[in-house]
Amino acid sequence: MTNVVRKVVRNQLRDAVRSRWLAVYAMFFALLSDGLLRFSGSDAKAILSLTTVVLIVIPLVTLVLSTIYVYNAREFTELLLAQPIRRSSLFAGLYLGLTLPLAGGFVAGVSLPFLVRGGGDPAQQGALLTLLAIGVVLTAVFTAIAFWIALRAEDRLRGLGIALGVWMAMGLLYDGAVLVVVAIFADYPIERPLLALSFANPIDLGRMLMLLRLDVAALMGYTGAVFQRFFAGTPGIALASAALAGWVIIPLALGSRAFRRKDF
Amino acid sequence: MITISRLSKRFGRVEVLAGVDLRIERGHVVGLVGPNGAGKSTLIKMVLGLTHADAGDIRVDGVPIGNAEDVSYRAQIGYMPQIARFPENLSAGELLAMLRELRGTPTKTDDELLTKFALESQLDKPLRVLSGGTRQKVNACLAFLFRPKILILDEPTAGLDPLSSAILKDKILAARAEGTTVVITSHIMSELEELCDDVAFLLDGVVRYMGPVRDLTMTTRQINLERAIAALMIREVA
Repeated sequence: MTNVVRKVVRNQLRDAVRSRWLAVYAMFFALLSDGLLRFSGSDAKAILSLTTVVLIVIPLVTLVLSTIYVYNAREFTELLLAQPIRRSSLFAGLYLGLTLPLAGGFVAGVSLPFLVRGGGDPAQQGALLTLLAIGVVLTAVFTAIAFWIALRAEDRLRGLGIALGVWMAMGLLYDGAVLVVVAIFADYPIERPLLALSFANPIDLGRMLMLLRLDVAALMGYTGAVFQRFFAGTPGIALASAALAGWVIIPLALGSRAFRRKDF
Repeated sequence: MITISRLSKRFGRVEVLAGVDLRIERGHVVGLVGPNGAGKSTLIKMVLGLTHADAGDIRVDGVPIGNAEDVSYRAQIGYMPQIARFPENLSAGELLAMLRELRGTPTKTDDELLTKFALESQLDKPLRVLSGGTRQKVNACLAFLFRPKILILDEPTAGLDPLSSAILKDKILAARAEGTTVVITSHIMSELEELCDDVAFLLDGVVRYMGPVRDLTMTTRQINLERAIAALMIREVA
């Protein structure tokens, strides 16, 4: 991390800590996590329920907050670009300056109720760590996607609309589409195409990683069951992780390019 | 020295700059004039690298600025944008501290305007609660803060009261006396007459006139710069 990146990140972090959204975001996960631990009876069930919520809430909140953040940072960006600062450094600073507090808020919120209970059920701690890791990666994925959208769309309402559209497509419509495909092609061997399909959706990848870990793949989603049959164990986890990494790197590269080319 | 050659830029269907050639000598004060939408701000933003050229070339002290990652030339430039837009939740003091930290310049910063505008009492307030004029003063302070060799001022006195406007003009004249290269856009011709050596007249995306203020008033046989520019505009449009 260059000096400039670190300074921009520090400035953005101070901003995030001062504003209310981060506290609300962390509080939401703390209350959710605490409530599920209280009422679901076992840590395993609580983590499973947490996973369902996390997979929907993180993409939504991250996409919306990041899109707004990029539009709001426009003045700051213009001010800094008139200084001897590289665009790539500023981009990295802005990206980390949002991804770090979002990921931190999530990790702190979810893990606090477990920590208060002395770490929770030792048998489930691995699953909890996996959930935290997936949440952090999904945060990085959707912040990157939102940056790209907000930098390409000049109009902020349009940008926000596209971001919500992406969330709807990946978070809601995707599952329905998979079911439709399964129903239509029920008589054909469609496991492999379905596997390919799951790589097209970071949320689904996150879900599968979690389920491989929890060993309850069949409980959630058709692709999860297929994926487990093909990739049970380490190779499957490695493959899904690599695909998730791609989901961070590719939007980031596109966003960075858009930022370098943009006219302010 | 700033050398601009055959610079062009279009935004969608609108051709903002259509081959601008302009040479600004070191230590000269140049007024950039032209009707609204002539491309003055776009030209300035391109010198700063905020906006990219479609074609053409900009050199600052002989070095082309085309490379997006070579930004060291900007350390010599003090920029005052037309509209003072700041991060909403920072205070002026924090903004100054942040820029000082980012620049990490060893030399002492120029805080004279801060004192002259009596901004010290406003430093703790968030920038969003400051009045437009006060924000413009902060904007001016930032441009002069790092003792730049080149000043780029986009309508610097717009929104300032007469007293503050005079303070800023004195500061510009002092910079001129020290040999700073200055580019000013303004619609107030008397102000340009007071401050500038040369004027560059921009119309329909090209420079139509570039030269000393006095020559322009003489060739157009007008009594002052305002009338000279007006005559030029009428002649060009007709």
